[in-house]
Amino acid sequence: MAITEDRPLALEAGDTSKVNDRPLGALTRPKEDVGWASWFTTVDHKKIGIMYGVGSMFFFLFGGIEALMIRIQLARPGNTFLSESLYNQIFTMHGVTMIFLVIMPMAAAFANYLLPLQIGARDVAFPRLNAFSFWCWLAGAIFLNTSWFLGGAPDGGWFAYAPNTSVTFSPTNGMDFYAIGLQIAGIASLVSAINLIVTVLNMRAPGMTLLKMPIFTWMMLVVQFLLLFAVPVITIALFLLTFDRSYGASFFNVELGGSPLLWQHLFWIFGHPEVYILILPAFGIISEVIPTFSRKPIFGYPFMVGSGIAIGFMGWGVWAHHMFVSGLGPISVAAFSMSTMFIAVPTGVKILNWLATMWGGRLRFNTPMLFAVGVIAMFTIGGLSGVTHSVAPSDTQQTDTYYIVAHFHYVIFGGALLGMFAGFYFWWPKCFGFKLNEKWGKINYWLMLIGFNITFGPMHILGLQGMARRHHSYAAEDGFSFWNMVVSIGSFIIGLGVLAFLINTWVSYRDYKAAGRPHMSPDPWDARSLEWSTASPTPVHNFDYDPVVKYQDDWWHQKWGKDDDGKIVRKAFPEDIAHDGSNTNVHLPSPSYWPFVLSFSLPIIGYAVIYTHWLLIPAAVLFIAGFIGWALEPADDPEAAHDHHHDDHDDDHDGDASDAEDEGASLV
Amino acid sequence: MMITTATQATPKTKELPLSEATISEAADDAVEAATDTGHEAASHDDHGGGHGTSTGISNNKLMMWAFLGSECLLFGALISTYILYKERFVNNVNGINPEGLENPIGPPEIFDIPFTSASSFILLCSSLTMVLALSSIQRADYYRFKIWTGTTAALGAVFIAGQIYEFTEFYEKGLGYTTNIFGSAFYTLTGFHGVHVSLGILMLFALLIMHKQGRLNADKAETVEIVGLYWHFVDIVWILIFTVVYLFPQ
Repeated sequence: MAITEDRPLALEAGDTSKVNDRPLGALTRPKEDVGWASWFTTVDHKKIGIMYGVGSMFFFLFGGIEALMIRIQLARPGNTFLSESLYNQIFTMHGVTMIFLVIMPMAAAFANYLLPLQIGARDVAFPRLNAFSFWCWLAGAIFLNTSWFLGGAPDGGWFAYAPNTSVTFSPTNGMDFYAIGLQIAGIASLVSAINLIVTVLNMRAPGMTLLKMPIFTWMMLVVQFLLLFAVPVITIALFLLTFDRSYGASFFNVELGGSPLLWQHLFWIFGHPEVYILILPAFGIISEVIPTFSRKPIFGYPFMVGSGIAIGFMGWGVWAHHMFVSGLGPISVAAFSMSTMFIAVPTGVKILNWLATMWGGRLRFNTPMLFAVGVIAMFTIGGLSGVTHSVAPSDTQQTDTYYIVAHFHYVIFGGALLGMFAGFYFWWPKCFGFKLNEKWGKINYWLMLIGFNITFGPMHILGLQGMARRHHSYAAEDGFSFWNMVVSIGSFIIGLGVLAFLINTWVSYRDYKAAGRPHMSPDPWDARSLEWSTASPTPVHNFDYDPVVKYQDDWWHQKWGKDDDGKIVRKAFPEDIAHDGSNTNVHLPSPSYWPFVLSFSLPIIGYAVIYTHWLLIPAAVLFIAGFIGWALEPADDPEAAHDHHHDDHDDDHDGDASDAEDEGASLV
Repeated sequence: MMITTATQATPKTKELPLSEATISEAADDAVEAATDTGHEAASHDDHGGGHGTSTGISNNKLMMWAFLGSECLLFGALISTYILYKERFVNNVNGINPEGLENPIGPPEIFDIPFTSASSFILLCSSLTMVLALSSIQRADYYRFKIWTGTTAALGAVFIAGQIYEFTEFYEKGLGYTTNIFGSAFYTLTGFHGVHVSLGILMLFALLIMHKQGRLNADKAETVEIVGLYWHFVDIVWILIFTVVYLFPQ
């Protein structure tokens, strides 16, 4: 049975004491909504978003340390800091970590926290599934990283081309951990994608039509559709890889008739949409930041939305540009060259629209804005080098050199990651009730931006000089020594930049505490979308009453209007019209243990496949217990639902007398 | 939506301004009502139609549609893999036959088209009974609902039994999972489909259990409809697989 939350969300916040439900007769239903235990059982999209953020930040440090180890190894010619084998593991895990355990969950953090707020909803459509997505992702991430202690991490490169992934060339269990770990993380992505699609399409506040949604919501919606269709493809690829390695099949084994190209196709049919899965969230974030700090509406809203959708569609038709040197044949190469050139068009539209948004605006260069402008500049460089790859003859020279490494770091670090940092600085007060320190923010920004360019700029030169990626070392006479030293120095400057961010979070919190936790305005930046229309930090129930939306950028229109001369004048102050979070009588979904239990049965299945099938027994017990517990446990609490909330009302936006069935009755 | 639930609704319209809301418990309820417009109502009627959601489609049904969209790509990848490998059974590319078999083992040697046609027909019939089950519960005809749901599950089970029989036959004829790459691709594709049918059977049983517990009645016929969506999808995929795997090579 598919896990459907077919019962309504119903539990009064602040009235959790009545919860006394024992789904399996043993465990009491969790009821804490504060304290450390509440984090394990929470189904609140905001807490889940924060956990995604913390988790991805942890793995960001992890992947960053891996990157620094690579750079120490490559700083001097003929270095022996890392062994060849360890080097392979580290560059593989650097890529896997940064993509699957950092950028994707960081985007999920923003999506979880903000999507329901931006569309004026109380929570996502399926809160327990949302918790399941997070725990499932974390379980997969931990599973993947346990390989370090179990004989060796994955060492076949993040895109794991055959035959490097075969048992012959990768005899440790590393690639098994890769295949199964990503499989588990993939389940998390898929479930989360379905959940967020339903949320955005179905749970918009009255008046919030699709073309009034903020650009961030739009971009995340496109991302969720990309995930929805891309994840199953890599699911199959990873299954085939597992069958090859663990059960003796030969899908990718040339000797026995398999085709390594099949892996490449399956991987990149997933992998290229994945690139847009990584970058579109950052596009969405800066599309919120730039209008706010330019004090202008986004320029060309329909084009921003349309180009995002266009990228989403065209992203499916360019995958083979990763494979120009694999002998596809001239027609395929020509077709994919063309489509790759075309996809630069909608991206260019976005860049022009951001610039046009800033043009003539009253710019404020707070830290979020600095990061956003950094994204535009750095992503443009990365996008242009990307267009050079669409020229197949040129790409043939560049493939697997540091030129490629430079390119994708310019888009993923310079685009996606800087965008996420813009988001951190922008939404921090909304999440935690205090702003991050501006001075440290600027230190953070400039260290990261300068370090980033010193690191990845020279890689273009190294690549054109012919330095191949993934090589463990190079000789002094290759002539790569100078720029490699520069790159390594740059990478440590980035490290300092990240350190500055961590210091900033600590300094800002310390100052906030020292100042006696001053009240944070609901709308400290004079921003435009609905999340700013409720108290900071966001109350547990999001909105005291459902927002009714009239305009695009509705919150801004509530604050500002035009006088008779057409001049823009303030209509209201945020403090006066924002939701203050005082309504404590709102339906909220109940916390639950089961998402946690269910998701942690999955890595045990993974260990069972790798080591011994006996482990399937505890895994099955945990899985079935989790599943049955989940199925029997009402999404809401029957006790709490009985007393109140029988009342119905006229559903004023569609005029339909909606039915409020007694949710509890059907469950007793 | 077809099904609307009006089990106990006598709408009480209370129009209290928000500022007075906290005065009494009754007022609290009014706030509840006043604030509970739009999408929030959507979560109230998950069991039924889905009016109140922004799209008019209930969350659960939209979730199933999204999931099925994803499944299309899953089977797309599997079927592509199979098409790539379906002729690699004579001998493997380099003349190596891993099991050291003299004779090639591929579709001509193993497939029994009449048998598989019959089991395919049975699976397709189960789509008809699924529709009948849905129509019965919508009419609150629970007796027929139970019969048709049970029949659907039984037909699915017959199909699965046929697949198990077929796999056993093939194995005895010498085609193991690793015998050649055709075998790996064949068992992977049909195996994934078999798992999907089996999950569908479990869903049908879950429907019967929910009905027995009194949690599934005409008001919640949409749950049956959603399971039906999945069931029909799995059937349609089988039509594709049957054509590509069994009929094309002939």
